[in-house]
Amino acid sequence: MSTIDSTAPKIVDPKSPSSNPTTSASMQVPDASGRFGDFGGRYVPETLTRALEELVEEYQKARKDPDFQAELDELLHRFVGRPSPLYHAKRLSGLLGGAQIWLKREDLNHTGAHKINNTLGQALLTLRMKKTRVIAETGAGQHGVASATACAHFGLPCVVYMGAEDVRRQKPNVFSMRLMGAEVRPVESGSKTLRDAVNEAMRDWMSSVEHTHYIIGSVIGPHPFPQMVRDFQSVIGKECREQCLTSLGRLPDAIVACVGGGSNAAGMFYPFVQDTSVRLIGVEAGGRGQQSGEHASPLTYGSPGVLHGSYSYVMQDNDGQTSDVHSISAGLDYPGVGPEHSYWKDTKRVEYTSCRDDEAIESFDLLARNEGILTALETCHALAKAAQIAKTMTRDQHLVICLSGRGDKDAAELARLRGQEW
Amino acid sequence: MTAIDELFQRLKGSGKKAFMPFITAGDPNMTFTSKVLQRLETLGCSMAEVGFPYSDPIADGPVIQASYTRALGNKLKLQQIFDQIQSDRSERKMPLVAMVSYAIIHRQGQEGFIQAAKQAGFSGVIVPDLLVEESQTMSQLCRKHDFNLIQLVTPTTPPERALRIAEASSGFLYFVSVTGITGERTELPADLVDRVGWIKERTSLPICIGFGISKPEHVKLLAPVCDGLIVGSAIVRCLEKAGESQEQALASAEHLIASLLAALEPAKG
Ligand SMILES: Cc1ncc(COP(=O)(O)O)c(C=O)c1O
Repeated sequence: MSTIDSTAPKIVDPKSPSSNPTTSASMQVPDASGRFGDFGGRYVPETLTRALEELVEEYQKARKDPDFQAELDELLHRFVGRPSPLYHAKRLSGLLGGAQIWLKREDLNHTGAHKINNTLGQALLTLRMKKTRVIAETGAGQHGVASATACAHFGLPCVVYMGAEDVRRQKPNVFSMRLMGAEVRPVESGSKTLRDAVNEAMRDWMSSVEHTHYIIGSVIGPHPFPQMVRDFQSVIGKECREQCLTSLGRLPDAIVACVGGGSNAAGMFYPFVQDTSVRLIGVEAGGRGQQSGEHASPLTYGSPGVLHGSYSYVMQDNDGQTSDVHSISAGLDYPGVGPEHSYWKDTKRVEYTSCRDDEAIESFDLLARNEGILTALETCHALAKAAQIAKTMTRDQHLVICLSGRGDKDAAELARLRGQEW
Repeated sequence: MTAIDELFQRLKGSGKKAFMPFITAGDPNMTFTSKVLQRLETLGCSMAEVGFPYSDPIADGPVIQASYTRALGNKLKLQQIFDQIQSDRSERKMPLVAMVSYAIIHRQGQEGFIQAAKQAGFSGVIVPDLLVEESQTMSQLCRKHDFNLIQLVTPTTPPERALRIAEASSGFLYFVSVTGITGERTELPADLVDRVGWIKERTSLPICIGFGISKPEHVKLLAPVCDGLIVGSAIVRCLEKAGESQEQALASAEHLIASLLAALEPAKG
């Protein structure tokens, strides 16, 4: 049947992760080429290079410009409501009987999640670069809403790409975006989720790059996005560190955050990287199980590869094709992760674990019933793992959870998943 | 010297221009791809670009994207592409270039990929998401294996950078006509001819123009200023119904290619 001769090339086995955990994690990353150790870089078509270079330049200038920082700080304070509280969840702590649990309340930000910290920063840069249009991708819709909000605030037109499946499961956010004047474009290709929304946004940018800025919503994508988004989100960790020193008189023992693309986790962890007494724990979406296709946990089960412009852990097959992933949470349903997390994994600075769909759904009630807080399904992944970890700790220890977002957007989907009426 | 280098030397001697169709490997299967490549050669195409389907292409428009989705939906594997290309090798004189996303190359290891592609019968590779800054290792490995690494220049590339890319490129320089993704265009940018001419004066590397080219008028306009033309989406669209009727799909592609080749003829000068 086959006419293939014996000299036909055979493909070598894919390389196993070249992890080199001999060095400890530095805060002086990325380097000039956007590398966090081996990870990161810039794998995009030449068409985007000039815009990325321009963004690097403008961002470096803005960082050194006190007026830029002052304007952003003012917005974060008066428009977003920062600083967000660090709240001692006493009833939950007592119930679990382990560590004292503290919640960094990013859910109390205007628009209900951490995403606004980044979109305001990038919208300011958009104006500085004299670009006149914004595009964004969104999964859970929180980044879409935060982008629409920033654009409405500054009077910029905004197009948000969102997987058709996510449009369905995150309806309330779709409505909010439209109310603020953004155009939501459902993406019907592939798995109709976050990954496909990023693809579509990138394609839009390929044609519109001369006048449009792409506000990427997480610490993913080509350099300088992973660095820039981390920096904008680091306000979470900086505040939290000070709040701990004030309220506890010391640093916490552990911090837990959920990881989709990894922006709330990166913003929370980064200011603590050198505080090696603080355990940092990132929680990925464990979905329905460990089999490929059943989860969205590239740091737990994936291998280094290239997706959406950077080199990082990714779910892929032996040919380098991105694998399908699954999570109940639209914001975590993504096969890749930010390159700095890959760096923190390989340098062993951060522990990564994953939390199944059912554990996440169940943990929603923990804060709802005991603390009166509705938590985003993304954040429930961190919550569920944090509850398990807290039980192994003592009452005089302190654990902080990055409460990345509020759960109103998930109420209808949660009812559907639980077979309840809405 | 690769088969691509030889091709352009030959063409230069005769004043002819290269015509390079792009087709997607495995759309809908490799047997059909092999048949299409044979026909392209018979029609007089100088060379062909074979697109390796990728799950998340950023530089591709809806037509090529959909062809990738069909091929991957039929469970196409990299090894099948190499096996089929290799098995037709003895009957083919036309050089082949692989168009491959870096994710695929990285997964095999750069050298492993180059060796496998070369052994299968490819003469070079275009990696649309490997920028000149990230391409040093790949470039060295390609030189070592006498394999071309064809790099791209786009309308957003500043002039000095374009020259740097031309210097790093081998085989030919891929001049992307538009700021955007692949796909047929009715109109090409007004300054395209001038921009190609500018770089043509400053490099000895052959220059081929691609993206958006779909009509005889485009060919007539561009052929005089470059060394070759690449036509992708227009041909892939002709072939997209191959799942229903292979002959009909081939006939429509042949019709298009014949009209484009005819438009190229006067350029012989
Ligand atoms: C509330 C919330 N938390 C977390 C995430 C995941 O993103 P990241 O990992 O970038 O923080 C999202 C994304 O939509 C979100 O809405």
